[in-house]
Amino acid sequence: MAGAAANSSFLQNLGRIYSIYTGTFVGFVIFLGILEFFGVPDRILGYLFIFLTIGVYALIGILSRTAEVSEYYVAGRSVPALYNGMATGADWMSAASFIGMAGSLYFGGYDGLAFVLGWTGGYVLVSILMAPYLRKFGQFTVPDFCGARYGGNAARTLAVIVLITASFVYVVAQIVGVGIITSRFLGMDFKLACFVGLIGILVCSMLGGMKAVTWTQVAQYIILIIAYLIPVVIMSAQVTGVPIPQLMYGQALEKIAGLEKTLGVAKGHVAAFANARGEFDMTSAVNFFALILCLMVGTASLPHILMRYFTTPSVRQARDSVGWSLFFIFLLYFTAPAYAAFAKLEVYQNIIGQPISALPAWIASWGKPGLALVGACDAANAAQIFPICTGVQGNGDGILQLSEFRIHPDAIVLATPEIAGLPYVVAGLVAAGGLAAALSTADGLLLAIANALSHDIYYKMIDPNADTKRRLIISRVLLAVVAVIAAYVAGTLGADILFLVSWAFSIAASGLFAALVLGIWWKRAGDASGVWSMLIGYGVCMFFLITTEFYGPALKSMLGDAVTIVNARGRQVAYIWGINNISVGIFGIPAAFIAQWVAQKFSAEASPEMQDFIDSIRVPAGDVRLAPGMAAKE
Amino acid sequence: MSKKLSQEEMQAYWGKTSKLMWTILALWFFFSFVVHFFAPSLNEIRVLGFPLGFYMAAQGSLIAFVILCFWNASAQNKIDEEFGVSDE
Repeated sequence: MAGAAANSSFLQNLGRIYSIYTGTFVGFVIFLGILEFFGVPDRILGYLFIFLTIGVYALIGILSRTAEVSEYYVAGRSVPALYNGMATGADWMSAASFIGMAGSLYFGGYDGLAFVLGWTGGYVLVSILMAPYLRKFGQFTVPDFCGARYGGNAARTLAVIVLITASFVYVVAQIVGVGIITSRFLGMDFKLACFVGLIGILVCSMLGGMKAVTWTQVAQYIILIIAYLIPVVIMSAQVTGVPIPQLMYGQALEKIAGLEKTLGVAKGHVAAFANARGEFDMTSAVNFFALILCLMVGTASLPHILMRYFTTPSVRQARDSVGWSLFFIFLLYFTAPAYAAFAKLEVYQNIIGQPISALPAWIASWGKPGLALVGACDAANAAQIFPICTGVQGNGDGILQLSEFRIHPDAIVLATPEIAGLPYVVAGLVAAGGLAAALSTADGLLLAIANALSHDIYYKMIDPNADTKRRLIISRVLLAVVAVIAAYVAGTLGADILFLVSWAFSIAASGLFAALVLGIWWKRAGDASGVWSMLIGYGVCMFFLITTEFYGPALKSMLGDAVTIVNARGRQVAYIWGINNISVGIFGIPAAFIAQWVAQKFSAEASPEMQDFIDSIRVPAGDVRLAPGMAAKE
Repeated sequence: MSKKLSQEEMQAYWGKTSKLMWTILALWFFFSFVVHFFAPSLNEIRVLGFPLGFYMAAQGSLIAFVILCFWNASAQNKIDEEFGVSDE
């Protein structure tokens, strides 16, 4: 009882608690700034940032420990819309968003905006098609819904398989992100850094499950958004005189367009659907829209996001919460293009065409071995100073040409504090923000995987009589096991695997979207149709994913001219009709819809009881009228 | 407040809900795809230094998405209250 009272006073005082938390964090940053002023070395500041923030997450995780099943799986359904929005924001924005996206925009220009659009617009689909109805259904996991809607264990198992494939691929990419940040800021070996990050992830989620992850993610959102906005706001003030980067980077874009002419860049930063020569290119347009579709539909199918809307107190709040989620995500995503523009302006204006001896200090500090994120590759032996220059042939005239400048995408966000001449403490803040982004996403994903294994496979299918204590122990053990496997895979595969994130979206979109949407919106869809939908959607997506990635030549001999082999991110990949294999969902999503429709033609309609059940989840008020054979509500 | 809807009420309720869904889905499609088909032409127009095609993909559509989500929430709440099936 004491616990329940403490819990309700916590929920009533959320605003105050998180305001105090934010104030303390700002105070902490200022305090570290003072330490820096008095000469405390950068490395110590880096350690303080990383370990103190992880310490806070761990503390929240321990304070939120729970022995109740509903708190462990759905945070007791007590998370208000606004806070669930913040938690979803942190759950959503991964290392790829925080560090990688601005870099994609720097290199891709307009093309990179497919990520900005694709990772926001899907929430409209979540809002109108999914979240309120899944919340009303009111059980614990997404496979729970598939199992109940499509009559049992076949559907449940398929949903679990899709969930685990998509989430595992995604979580490996997150641990890589944690490894990159930890190894850069602590100078640790990458593999070791992956396991250090793992500890950070586990302390947040092991003891308190969804409840702990929720309140940690709110804390992580606050840190990541402060860390993302501060450097670019200051940069905007320096370059344009107005500290609103999202409005002012229009000026930077204009200057970039002017400099592109001088430097002879054919494909402009803002040019839409252009090839390298700056001409209109149909393949590039097709890829742009294919990627948007896969990312948006994937958003509305990823179980670690959908399960966040199981935690609100009501259907109404689930709907409001989708709006808040997107708002909090929007704050970061509409800032990312500003990062890219200001960084590009800096490079074009103050780096290219300068004598090597007169380059700004950040080039040397981010280019040195160990970091190797930028390089001025003019001299013949440049690769000795800048490892990133390996393979680049400079002309050795002492002046840096555009073709001699190398920059890694991750450097755009990480190096901005230094480009803007800010103290090291801001760089540390950015590292803490990136870490918060990667950890929060990894937490949500691992929990989704472990819950599917412990709740859907173990409890629902293997031992329905297991008691609460046993179920929670199994959950925690599985969580730790999955985390260790993911960290091992991340450490082994290495750093350049961020395309995994886009695959996760295609896999989830192909396997789950049709079955979930039609399950709610097509009342007559019977058991078999849902099973076939998931099976075919997932199968088609995985077939194209695996063949394009690993068996390019064989696919080419089979399909002929439709296939081209392309070098991308240091590997050879097959593109079918010019479509990048990160958008394989473009084949899987329609396949799932067609399969469900065709299967429905040849199989029984949903029973009247099932249709009554669907009516009951379409309306916010009233009981969920479970059809016979569905498990009892807990 | 809450009650089980009759067959006709359920149909009317779901009719209104579906209409709202399709309206927002159409707007979603417009802001996700249609407007960007014209990006090369829109880029000829400049606002505050932003080429309009670029602006729509970098900010304009995003703002529309946020508004669509909140609009859906409030419009659906009105429908729920009209039929007396809100769960709060």
